[in-house]
Amino acid sequence: MAARGTVTIDVETCKGCELCIEACPQDSLAMSKEINTKGYHYAVLIQDNCTGCVNCALVCPDAVITVFRAGKKKDKEPIAVISNVKHDIKVMVDNPDVPRGEGRLDL
Amino acid sequence: MNEVRLMKGNEAAAEAAILAGCDAYFGYPITPQSEIIEYLSDQGRKRGMIVMQVESEVAAINMIYGASGAGARAMTTSSSPGISLMQEGLSYIACAELPCLLININRGGPGLGTIQPSQGDYFQAVKGGGHGDYHLIVLAPASVQEMADFVYLGFDLADKYRNPVLILADGALGQMMEKVIFPDYDPKKHKVPKPWASTGKTPDRPPNVITSLHLQSEDMEKINLHLQEKYRKIEKNEVRYELISTEDAEYLLVAYGLSARICQRAIEIGRQQGIKVGLLRPISLYPYPYEILNKLADNVRGVLVVEMNAGQMVEDVRLGVNGKIPVEFYGRMGGIIPTPEETLAALRKIINKTEAQKNVAEMLKEKL
Amino acid sequence: MSEVQIPIDGMEVVWEKPDTLSETRMHYCPGCGHGVVHKVLMEVIEELGIQDKTIGVAPVGCSVIAYNYMNIDMQEAAHGRATAVATGIKRVLPDKLVFTYQGDGDLAAIGTAESIHSCNRGENFLIIFINNGIYGMTGGQMAPTSIIGMKTSTTPEGREVHTQGHPFKITEIIATLPGTYYVTRQSVHTPTTVRYFKKAVEKAFKYQMEKKGTCLIEIVSNCPSGWKMTPVESNKWIEENMFPFYPPGDLKVDGKLVEKKPAAPVPTTAKKENKK
Repeated sequence: MAARGTVTIDVETCKGCELCIEACPQDSLAMSKEINTKGYHYAVLIQDNCTGCVNCALVCPDAVITVFRAGKKKDKEPIAVISNVKHDIKVMVDNPDVPRGEGRLDL
Repeated sequence: MNEVRLMKGNEAAAEAAILAGCDAYFGYPITPQSEIIEYLSDQGRKRGMIVMQVESEVAAINMIYGASGAGARAMTTSSSPGISLMQEGLSYIACAELPCLLININRGGPGLGTIQPSQGDYFQAVKGGGHGDYHLIVLAPASVQEMADFVYLGFDLADKYRNPVLILADGALGQMMEKVIFPDYDPKKHKVPKPWASTGKTPDRPPNVITSLHLQSEDMEKINLHLQEKYRKIEKNEVRYELISTEDAEYLLVAYGLSARICQRAIEIGRQQGIKVGLLRPISLYPYPYEILNKLADNVRGVLVVEMNAGQMVEDVRLGVNGKIPVEFYGRMGGIIPTPEETLAALRKIINKTEAQKNVAEMLKEKL
Repeated sequence: MSEVQIPIDGMEVVWEKPDTLSETRMHYCPGCGHGVVHKVLMEVIEELGIQDKTIGVAPVGCSVIAYNYMNIDMQEAAHGRATAVATGIKRVLPDKLVFTYQGDGDLAAIGTAESIHSCNRGENFLIIFINNGIYGMTGGQMAPTSIIGMKTSTTPEGREVHTQGHPFKITEIIATLPGTYYVTRQSVHTPTTVRYFKKAVEKAFKYQMEKKGTCLIEIVSNCPSGWKMTPVESNKWIEENMFPFYPPGDLKVDGKLVEKKPAAPVPTTAKKENKK
């Protein structure tokens, strides 16, 4: 099963406070065995079940976490393009599997 | 605009602030300067100024910091105990290099003191007051006209050097009524652009931060060296003083503000009695007119410093004279204003002393 | 348990550090609430598009150099005087958005007069009040908001009323002032409370644009160093010790005091509220 989400962590800025570990509902995070150049252990992913819920990034005091999520497209795909002489009207949906169509509306 | 008006010193300063384009005044009532905030609360507000009576002088000086840091022409006024409360704020303002104008209507102290006039805040104004190595530009008016004139000058100097300016007046100057003429002054022509102000970071520049915090010693030293460089410029360019009857003077009075007015009368009486006495009236107390004082010391036999305190400016006079001739002091405290007759009597003591010394010296010369 | 890498191909960014938060590494202790509050504030400023209109006022305290982390124009105030400095700014620039960022000593000890009077005047700005019941920057001394029994470097036996007075609930006092419009107590110790806090900040900036009056958001926060605990322990300590005295929730909404006990989300640790 592909993970629904993931995180990248700026390990040099992480201070090992462990709040993200506490916040993660999937138990996906833990402290590294290694230390960064400041001497802190840092957060790392230890499972592939991340859902991209953003909980970790919300509680991180140093904003070291970037959160990714699959399938959540910011730009929505149109399912129908209705055009007339003056206007193109695009109708957007979330689900890209809905069949699309094109037509002209003469008003 | 150029009509002659009869006004109290406090009111003249307030009217000048409005005409000089002061954007904001934050203050607190204290005798003997409450007329300033009262005048501004009425006239200032009507003519577009932000005028607020706030909870304390501490709040007022910090509001000045904020408003000035945001690029506005800002001003506050108080009297001795209130000015004491503002000292921390002034240190911050000086370090952050914010232009602003203050007026101290000096009253008798120390402590809660009296509401009568005094010059006991000279050290506080000129030598520091707040912590750290900084200077306020200090102007000392001696008339209601100068109470008005120095407001315009003060704002312009503050903007020119990005430095706080203090007008050091006293209770009598604040309360007395004299003729005053307000000059033609277009604030738009005098206000300068302030690209350093915190007005909202636009995409074309990095954030502007108004601060006096420099935790790294090397940074703090750099800031201090820059401030010192600025003060040397001010000392070179902004010395102001007035000379009265000094061309042929044998004795010199040095006094500022109200004391200078007393000395002027003392000179009139003294000259009638054959005493060749003149007056150096410092107008800028910082920067102090050391140079002219040093020059005058070559031509006179003695100096009498007249102040309404226990002897503060006299120390700067001794620095300027640099041991060439005797420097004596005469002063009254507690809000009492010395009379011209007292001043002359003090001068006569010096004359007698120096004459006696001269006679002894000549006698010894003959004998040897 | 070993490290796992999940490829980001085909994934979209759903959260990243806002540009309004500078690249400078924050000096705050690991786990300190200051970092979270800075992050949320800057996120809202970016999302509302008000970076070029906002001016912040930094206090004296751990966050004295907040301006190193916030990519906006700022002024550094003397200790306690942030609301006075903000008054000066807002009165001469009434169309700009102004906020102060203050700790418990800054706002409720030395700055009490300025805090009360600026709220009494209804100054149209936002006050961010970080309440962690201790003076962090100066080494862990008692704050006006330290709770009874709390051990600090100046209350080694625990705070007691006779010498140190009662814990000072200044937010309750400020809420009664008619100049205030929106007064709320929040926290940032769990994902849910961070989300609530962000909404409070959005509301406060919108109210400022609508010139409604003073908004104050108190954040009951932690001080792992001063409290001598780990960050995770300190967040539990907030729930068990700070909240009973400083209950989270709205104190004033739309200019009216909230009469009933605030119906705030019952704070729990993160795992309990998110696990199925």
